[in-house]
Amino acid sequence: MTAPFDVNDNSVVVIIGTGAGGGTLAHELALKGIDVVALEAGGRHLPQDYINDEWPSFSQLALTDMRTTSGSWRVAKDFANLPAWIVKAVGGSTVHWAGASLRLQDHEFRALSTYGELEGANLLDWPVTLAELEPYYDKAEKKMGVTRTNGIPGLPGNNNFKVMKAGADKLGYKDCHTGRMAINSEPRDDRASCQQLGFCFQGCKMGAKWSTAYSEIPRGEATGHLEVREHSLVLKIEHDADGKIDGVVYQDKDGNQVKQMARAVCVAGNSIESPRMLLNSASSMFPDGLANSSGQVGKNYMRHMTGSVYAAFEQPVRMYRGTTMAGIITDEARHDPSRGFVGGYEMETLSIGIPFMAAFLNPGAWGREFASAMDNYENMAGMWLVGEDMPQESNAITLSEEKDQSGMPVANVHFDDHPNDVAMRDHAYQQGMALYDSVGATQTYPTPPYPSTHNLGTLRMSEKPGDGVVNGFGQSHDISNLFVSDGSQFTTGGAENPTLTIVTLAIRQADYIAQQMSEKSI
Amino acid sequence: MKAENEQALHFTKPQSQTPQSSFAKITRRELLKRSAAIGGSLIVGSGFIAGSTASWALEVKSLSPDTMATLVQMARDIYPHDSMGDEIYAAAVKAHDDKAAEDSEYKTMLETGVDSLNAAAKQMGHASYLATGWEAERTELLKSIESDGFFQTIRGGLVVGLYNQKAVWDALGYEGSSYEKGGYLNRGFDDIKWL
Ligand SMILES: Cc1cc2nc3c(=O)[nH]c(=O)nc-3n(C[C@H](O)[C@H](O)[C@H](O)COP(=O)(O)OP(=O)(O)OC[C@H]3O[C@@H](n4cnc5c(N)ncnc54)[C@H](O)[C@@H]3O)c2cc1C
Ligand code: SF4
Repeated sequence: MTAPFDVNDNSVVVIIGTGAGGGTLAHELALKGIDVVALEAGGRHLPQDYINDEWPSFSQLALTDMRTTSGSWRVAKDFANLPAWIVKAVGGSTVHWAGASLRLQDHEFRALSTYGELEGANLLDWPVTLAELEPYYDKAEKKMGVTRTNGIPGLPGNNNFKVMKAGADKLGYKDCHTGRMAINSEPRDDRASCQQLGFCFQGCKMGAKWSTAYSEIPRGEATGHLEVREHSLVLKIEHDADGKIDGVVYQDKDGNQVKQMARAVCVAGNSIESPRMLLNSASSMFPDGLANSSGQVGKNYMRHMTGSVYAAFEQPVRMYRGTTMAGIITDEARHDPSRGFVGGYEMETLSIGIPFMAAFLNPGAWGREFASAMDNYENMAGMWLVGEDMPQESNAITLSEEKDQSGMPVANVHFDDHPNDVAMRDHAYQQGMALYDSVGATQTYPTPPYPSTHNLGTLRMSEKPGDGVVNGFGQSHDISNLFVSDGSQFTTGGAENPTLTIVTLAIRQADYIAQQMSEKSI
Repeated sequence: MKAENEQALHFTKPQSQTPQSSFAKITRRELLKRSAAIGGSLIVGSGFIAGSTASWALEVKSLSPDTMATLVQMARDIYPHDSMGDEIYAAAVKAHDDKAAEDSEYKTMLETGVDSLNAAAKQMGHASYLATGWEAERTELLKSIESDGFFQTIRGGLVVGLYNQKAVWDALGYEGSSYEKGGYLNRGFDDIKWL
């Protein structure tokens, strides 16, 4: 049978979400000849539709469905209903992403063994090792065309990078370059090369940046084994009398509730929506939500330790020209407790335009100090600081009192920094400011975290069923034909931007699902 | 709580600003005939406010011109950019007048807010907020109402209303979209010389 598939066809694999995890998995399964129905809450936007203007682009692509927040994190105060910055469209957040593609380090897969018990932290080792993932990392880098791998040259450095590099040299950092980016430095894989448009966060109009929206999805569809249903919001995952998943209920583009039958279901709605779906699917057999015998569904929410440093100079930098993430320093990514915290962080250039700068530089601030910072915009350089944050059981996605249009409770996102996160952020701010000071900054602006772009850990992998929700292949410990295929699987966060690892896990999961299907285990 | 929600609203529903359309053409003579200076650099007349050089004027639909002029001055005091003319600030707060025309409760909220600001100015010995001479003193007045919904509505609205204007980007040296021009690849993405 070829796509489109019938809603009563219970031989298909249903994937929820078409971002980094879901989009990759859909493509990989379709290539193997497995029939897939991918349900995507958003619509389809392609490079010709992307808008190089921050607010209109945000309205076009971002997920702005209702959510609530709690906890002491500043985002809960400044952006109470926008805890995370996620895309709702075919391609998911790979439409917005900057393209930084880094492997996790060996010791980061063994966080508990390496860092030891830390008060308040729910640390655990991953049930997979770097060595096991390496062949799949190779595949992912090749698929995504990551620069500085597979003989692909690095991108040229823009003004923002040059300031970072000069400062890195002054501070004695050894490992500073234009990054490992899933952005074409030369035409490759039917995609153009980067023209330095400067709007990577708004969807790449050149198609130079890898995104499942125009890389994996159309290729999967071309096999005849993948049907993507847009504007299809999954409400519930359902099971039969034996406790096996038999399908999902979604609201289609016309607002009707439809049940799509399935042989297996893979959840990839990003780490807030994925646990929300499992919690909203509670039944008399699974009163605490699906796959939740461990009680860990929605727990251990991680968002990476983040912060930014912008700095003003006497003369123009014009950081907005060219790639948004134009360079990286990896020297601080090591685990070195002598700095006063476990784990490490990356320093990556970042630029946002005037509209976002006004919203994010110091939310809520006003008066001459703030305006003077904005006056310095043209002379600013900027970097993002991103490091490993501690999983904490109390940082959690739960069901809120508020309901969405279809009557389903929305997600509440609760977050408090762990003392380790705070110590790491302070260190990172100091280093970032010292770097810019060393090349003549006249002002530095330690900027608080934005709404979360890296949402992780809420359905984590664990060796033992009691410690987490899924096994090392993303398969539910409780229900064998239920999989988690996005960043929710992360046992711990590592210092690196997560997407390369999400894609790597999805490629590996596709092999595993195919094997389980041929063995008739699912 | 209310104020924070307001802000979140501005976040998810940025209003596009097309203020120029509501700027009326008006001659300086006409303007002076119909108006009075009220402190600050603004002139108010019936149904409009204008810059003192008459280079621009803005029709006011629902709010009183005095209220509108106060909002313009507040906008400047909240995000003071000395290189930007009042017309930019007027454009940034124009949407409040539009909303007040449709929503009488909103209109009352704005008017009450301006009244309380003026009352605070009187306590400080000034005729009104607009007649308070130094920015530092006006800032003190604003600080006294900082946690009010009124202030947070005006400030929150400015984040998008002010900084999403092309004129502001130009003034601050942000060039924006480059796709139509072939990107920055051949237009200075790596032209820094001073390092
Ligand atoms: C501005 C920005 C910059 C970033 N830069 C980088 C970077 O440089 N490097 C990096 O590694 N990462 C980066 N990221 C993060 C990266 O985009 C995410 O980590 C990654 O896309 C997450 O993949 P995912 O599959 O978990 O979810 P997503 O890619 O977010 O996909 C989830 C999809 O599920 C859909 N969905 C959700 N709920 C439902 C439902 N109920 N029914 C149907 N569909 C649903 C959503 O609409 C969405 O399309 C960035 C993110 C942002 C926002
Ligand atoms: S800078 Fe390069 S990668 Fe980013 S949007 Fe432009 S062309 Fe695409």
